[in-house]
Amino acid sequence: MKRIITATVQDRSGVLYRVTGLLQRRQFNIESISVGPTETEGISKMTLVVEVEDEQRLEQVTKQLNKQIDVLKVSDITDKAIVARELALIKVASSSQLRSEINGIIDPFRALIIDVSKDSLAIQITGRPDKIDALIELLRPYGIKEIARTGLTALQRGHQPQVNELAAHALLK
Amino acid sequence: MKVEAKELEFQTSTAPQTGADLLIDLLKKEGVETLFGYPGGAVLPIYDAIYRAQGTIQHILFRHEQGMIHAAEGYARITGKPGVVIATSGPGATNLVTGITDAMMDSLPLVVFTGQVARNVIGTDAFQEADVMAITTPITKHNYQVRSIADLPRIVKEAFHIASTGRPGPVLVDIPKDISAGLLSEEPKEATINLPGYQPTTKPNPLQIKKLADSITKAKKPVILSGAGVLHGKASAELTAFAEQHQLPVVTTLLGLGTFPADSPLSLGMGGMHGTYAANMALYECDLLINFGARFDDRLTGNLKHFAPNAKVAHIDIDPAEIGKNVPTQIPIVSDSKEALTELRTETKESPNHEEWLETLKQYKQDYPLWFKHDSNGMCPQWVIEAVHKVTNGDAIVATDVGQHQMWAAQYYTFKQPHRWITSGGLGTMGFGFPAAIGAQIAAPDSTVVAIVGDGGFQMTLQELSIIYERNLPVKIIIVNNGALGMVRQWQELLHGNRISESILHTQPDFVKLAESYSIRGYRVDTQEELITVLPEVFAYNGPVLVDCRVLQQEKVFPMIAPGKGIHEMIGVKP
Repeated sequence: MKRIITATVQDRSGVLYRVTGLLQRRQFNIESISVGPTETEGISKMTLVVEVEDEQRLEQVTKQLNKQIDVLKVSDITDKAIVARELALIKVASSSQLRSEINGIIDPFRALIIDVSKDSLAIQITGRPDKIDALIELLRPYGIKEIARTGLTALQRGHQPQVNELAAHALLK
Repeated sequence: MKVEAKELEFQTSTAPQTGADLLIDLLKKEGVETLFGYPGGAVLPIYDAIYRAQGTIQHILFRHEQGMIHAAEGYARITGKPGVVIATSGPGATNLVTGITDAMMDSLPLVVFTGQVARNVIGTDAFQEADVMAITTPITKHNYQVRSIADLPRIVKEAFHIASTGRPGPVLVDIPKDISAGLLSEEPKEATINLPGYQPTTKPNPLQIKKLADSITKAKKPVILSGAGVLHGKASAELTAFAEQHQLPVVTTLLGLGTFPADSPLSLGMGGMHGTYAANMALYECDLLINFGARFDDRLTGNLKHFAPNAKVAHIDIDPAEIGKNVPTQIPIVSDSKEALTELRTETKESPNHEEWLETLKQYKQDYPLWFKHDSNGMCPQWVIEAVHKVTNGDAIVATDVGQHQMWAAQYYTFKQPHRWITSGGLGTMGFGFPAAIGAQIAAPDSTVVAIVGDGGFQMTLQELSIIYERNLPVKIIIVNNGALGMVRQWQELLHGNRISESILHTQPDFVKLAESYSIRGYRVDTQEELITVLPEVFAYNGPVLVDCRVLQQEKVFPMIAPGKGIHEMIGVKP
């Protein structure tokens, strides 16, 4: 099962290596990882999407991360009410004739064309990973030249509903 | 060329207050008495500071970095204080890797200082540069590279704190040469520890303790498993009192030997791959398993499917990540072992009603004792251990290497007290025993220290014979010499169709002459009669001695749980 785990860490040299090295050594598969500074100086936040087999392994991954001295807090937020976004940049082969057609495809996704050249377009899209996957599939027939994705980053919502209100969360299922 | 000019400047500097001098001061403040070290280019400024310290801190020069770090481990095991190691950059540091990993696996506190090339050449593949931070990140509890002299006081303080608290472990501090050689621009400030991400839980949750106490009272087949966490918590006395009060039988792990007196009627001995029948059957049949500070290592549990299949499992461990890692746990208690035992003793009001269980276990002990058969063709290695036990009255500090002799020592050198047993458990490091014994003797100069080693492992670190002569450390080396890598040979015989592949040591040095060449007394012993005569002499002599005991090569360690088998599927339980 896929899980979204956030880790608040001290922004010290080597901390990314500590986290990724640990996951590699204990045979956890990292699907994506995104890191950036937080509201507090010297503290960074990592959002990891990992593939784990079962609850026991999930418990291990959070415990092992917590054991790291530079890791301040670890949360598995998969089942929480969260906002989660990823950004992707997609370069698509496109002649000037096809531009408006592509525009028509990306518009419902609220994606933007951020660069245009003679024979290609660069599209920026933000959203949940499944939305990005869907757009990529639609663009594939035009010839995708390059994709750059940031990996997922996420926040817990300000209001956490009671457990019984939580609809089965479809984000990573 | 700039670098060299800078270095020259440092060398001619007469001002005494360098980063290295500060380091030595900080070590003294931490109460460090002994340094286990080996000099080299990148640590020359530190050795200058040691020179200037004029013997106010003892430095022991080993002959190989692996030897010295195992010695530091032995020292840490006996004192409970961090062993302090200094090595140079590059090869000096990489030679420590085995020892650091060993300490990590067996939770031994070490603070390791490695030299590093100067900051301005880090990353340029400079002479004797190695990426020690990356190499040691997965094998240390934590590591630091000092980037500024001003950070040194805090880093040293944190390193000792991290190494010795919570679940102990090795911490490495990498010091670039220009930091140790650099001059202090101002008086260093008193450092404070700043570790918001490190706050080990030491006090148990009272509700969980209550739950465990209730389970104990209700249990029909309770058993305690006692591991090295009891040593780290200095909780042997509490464990013993608790077990005796409620008549709870005790199995110890390999590293937990001595946490419970082996001569107590409640002691079932060691569990696991070469554990006793009674211990393993107790683990298999119990309905309540109370694990104090053991990590359910695979050599203890055997095939997890068959481990304590009917038991409710309680696990008391200071490291939350160990609880539930291998064995599903119904009563998890994150705590220091002593704190937990103290609470548990108050909370457990009634003993369980388990006469029948005790009777069963007593019967197992009687029917399936450890066994070996004397042979007219030579000396039995098991008997050698028994003889050493007898002559030392079972009170010696015993350090072993890894392999058959280690298992025989674990089986036949029955310990009555804690902190007497030093062995490489988790990593299984050959070459560990002899230097670890040296470290133990340094830690406990007045105790009898025996290194029980195999002929294979001893040859991995025997260069440290120099130290015991030089310092007149009265370590007694017992080589259980079967001319083979015995455990490998045993597995080949039993599990690989008797294809004895590269496990016989066809040539060996004359160990007696070898000892003599280091000005150490040596004996060669081929028969029981000889050993009986020699041993009292060996132990009466106040100095180092080596005894080369020639034993039967074919002897195997039994009982044994073959790999992949359950804990109840022992072979060789009877002659």
